[in-house]
This record gives sequence, C-alpha cells and structure tokens, in this order.
Amino acid sequence: MDLSTMLEQLAGGMVTTVEIFFVTLICSLPLGLLICFGRMSKNKILKGIVSAYISVMRGTPLMLQLMVVYFGPYFIFGIRISRGYSLIAVFIGFAINYAAYFAEIYRGGIESMPAGQYEAAQILGYSKSQTFFRIILPQVIKRILPSITNEVITLVKDTSLAFVVSVAEMFTIAKQIASAQTTMTPFLVAAIFYYIFNLIVAVAMNKIEKMMNYYK
Amino acid sequence: MILFEMKHIKKSFGALDVLRDISLEVDKGEVLSIIGPSGSGKSTLLRCATGLETPDAGEIVKNGEVGLVFQNFNLFPHFSVLKNIIDAPMRVQKRKKEEVLVQARELLKKMGLEGKEDAYPYQLSGGQQQRVSIARALCMNPDILFFDEPTSALDPELTGEILKVIKALAAEHITMVIVTHEMTFARDISDRIIFMDDGVIAVEGTPEQVFASEHARMKEFLGKFHQG
Repeated sequence: MDLSTMLEQLAGGMVTTVEIFFVTLICSLPLGLLICFGRMSKNKILKGIVSAYISVMRGTPLMLQLMVVYFGPYFIFGIRISRGYSLIAVFIGFAINYAAYFAEIYRGGIESMPAGQYEAAQILGYSKSQTFFRIILPQVIKRILPSITNEVITLVKDTSLAFVVSVAEMFTIAKQIASAQTTMTPFLVAAIFYYIFNLIVAVAMNKIEKMMNYYK
Repeated sequence: MILFEMKHIKKSFGALDVLRDISLEVDKGEVLSIIGPSGSGKSTLLRCATGLETPDAGEIVKNGEVGLVFQNFNLFPHFSVLKNIIDAPMRVQKRKKEEVLVQARELLKKMGLEGKEDAYPYQLSGGQQQRVSIARALCMNPDILFFDEPTSALDPELTGEILKVIKALAAEHITMVIVTHEMTFARDISDRIIFMDDGVIAVEGTPEQVFASEHARMKEFLGKFHQG
C-alpha cells in the first residue's frame, strides 16, 4: 500500500474523529452547566442523584461507559442494536462523560465568585437569571478557561476510545492498516495528526483566553 | 416625610445577637451617619436595611427605592465604567439608552471621571472605583442612598476625594445613611448621628448632642478616636 492510499483511508477516520470531538463539545458544554445547576441545587434529592452521577462518570473508565451505552440497550432491554447505533453511542457516551467533568469545573468557577458580585446585582435589582447570565457566568468562563482547555485537549486523545464499539475513527483505521501491512507508518501519521489537532486546539484556546484578557 | 423606617429589628447569627431591637427613621433629605465600634452591628443594620439580610424580627418600611455603595465597591469587572453605570437602568428599569447615557455622562462628570467611560475597573484607582460605584448607585435614581464604610478600603488621600463627593451629594439634599469611621466627616456632614454599641442604638441626636454625650461607651469610643 502506498502512502497516498494509506493517507486517504486514514483521512476518512480523521473526519469521524473530528466529528466526535465537535459533537461532544457542543453537547457536553451546555449539558455540563445543567448538571452543575443540579449539583448546586438546594433540593437534596436532585443534588444527591446528580452527585452520584458525577461520581460514577468520573470514577469509571470512559471505555467501559462507551460499552455500557452501546451494549446496554440490548443486554438490559433486549433492543436489537443496529450497525449505525455505534456512532450515536459514542456521541452519547462522550457527551455524558465530559458533561460530568465540565459540571465540576463550572461549579468550581461559580463557587469562586465573590459574594459581593451577587450582592451588587441584587441591590441593582437584577433578576436571578440576569445576575447569572450577565454578571456571574461571563466571569466564571474567564476563570475556568484554563481547566476547560485541559479537558478539550484530553478529549482529542480520548476520541481514539471509540474503537471499542467499532467506530472507524482515525486510530481504529491506523491499527487495521498497521496490522494488515505490518508497518509503523500509520501510527506515525496518527501521532502527527493528534499532535497537530491539539496544537490547533491549544492555539485556539489561547486566542480565546487572550480575548477575555480585556479585564482582570 | 419619612422615607425609611425600621421597627424593632432583631438579627442574630447563631448564638450571636448582632441587632437587638433597632428602631430608626430616615426623613427625606436627611443625612444620617451611623458610627460605633467594630462588631457593634452597623454593617448588619445596613445589610438588613438594604435587603441583603433578612431580619429575624421587626418590620422595615421603605417609601422609595434604595441604593447601596459598598465598602469594596463591587463593580462588575467585565463591564466598562460606562456599562457598569448604564446596564442596570437599562436592563432592570427598562429605561431608554439615550436617556440613561445622558444621565450617566452627567454623573461621570460630577464624579470627576470624564474620559474614563471606556476604562475597566481594574485600570482605576480605589478612589476612582468608588466614585464609579457611587455613580452606578445614583444612576438608578434611588430615593435613599446607603453607604457601607465607603472609605474603609481606601488610603487617606483617596478617602478625602470620596468624602468630598459625598459632601457634594449632601449639599444637593440627597437622602443618605452613612456607616463610617470618619468622625470629623460624620460631624460635619450629618443632620443626625447614631452611635451603635453592642447591637443597640446607644446614643442618637444631632452631631453636637452626640459628640457632647456623657454616655460612657460613646466617650470611650471618641476618646480612642481623639488619641488617633
């Protein structure tokens, strides 16, 4: 197999990898905020359930969670799973896992906000939602951006876990080519791909952090 | 006309009785200063008055909108100076931007902050930040403005500029209740002074009456102050 055929095959997997990456972020960032609200809720039952959920998500391997999401419907409910479900299972598994991590990052950020910001907003008559979305959240985002960057970089590498439910993301294809052709080249290509992907992520996040540096 | 009234207000934090039966009235146009040693309940009184704390007992009657200037400003760091001032009038009071802008710029001028519209709080000195926070409070057109130790976070030089601003407001007969440690300032500016001690109003009256009081704790407090 020549290099261009190999790259062509790998490119197909790269698209899937990038897809998993963006779908996960788009779903888990807002979902994480919702979970964070549950975690910080005054309702003890809700808080308990959400805390347990976060604990399980963070305390068990993502690989195992992907398998549960993929095989669960069949083994638990006897629903026959179609071939196309595997990518959906990956999206769901990644989204609910990363949302748990993001929820804790949001919570840390929200709890680090000085009470004076809430008090000033209250005195000025802002509603609860105005206070959160206009005053608190923008400042929280600035504070948590470095932690978010860490998670996003981890996510790029975690996408390779999708192989456990046979989603043909880039690393799955690299392994197949490597064993069929007995060559290290696909791994080298994979390494370069992940590295460049993360380099782009790091540069982009750095740009966003700089954009938020207009205040202290 | 009585703008603001507290009737038999009580507040404790756990076993600590911070306010023990406080009653007071504030008349329109009046400047009332609240003085007293640390831990006497001055700040808690102000926090109850402005709704930041809920009293355990008693009644608060407000005949108008209440504003508050904080000790440590509590400006919104992600908003420019101008936005800090105009955001609440626009978002909360739903006033027209053009009208709010006119008022905000007048206030900035009055506070000596011309040209600082687009600055962010971190770029300003403490005194400037406190003047922005006063402008922010005033732009809501409060009927009564509370100050919680407005100069305690500032060095003496910056303290002077804030006291000057408050004096100018007093000259405009804006109703104000000021918790302060600045005795000379309280004496000069106030129509009435309340001396708080251990959760009660120990002495109350005109500055002359209060400063001439024979009340033991008051004399002790003023003595410390005179010794510097």
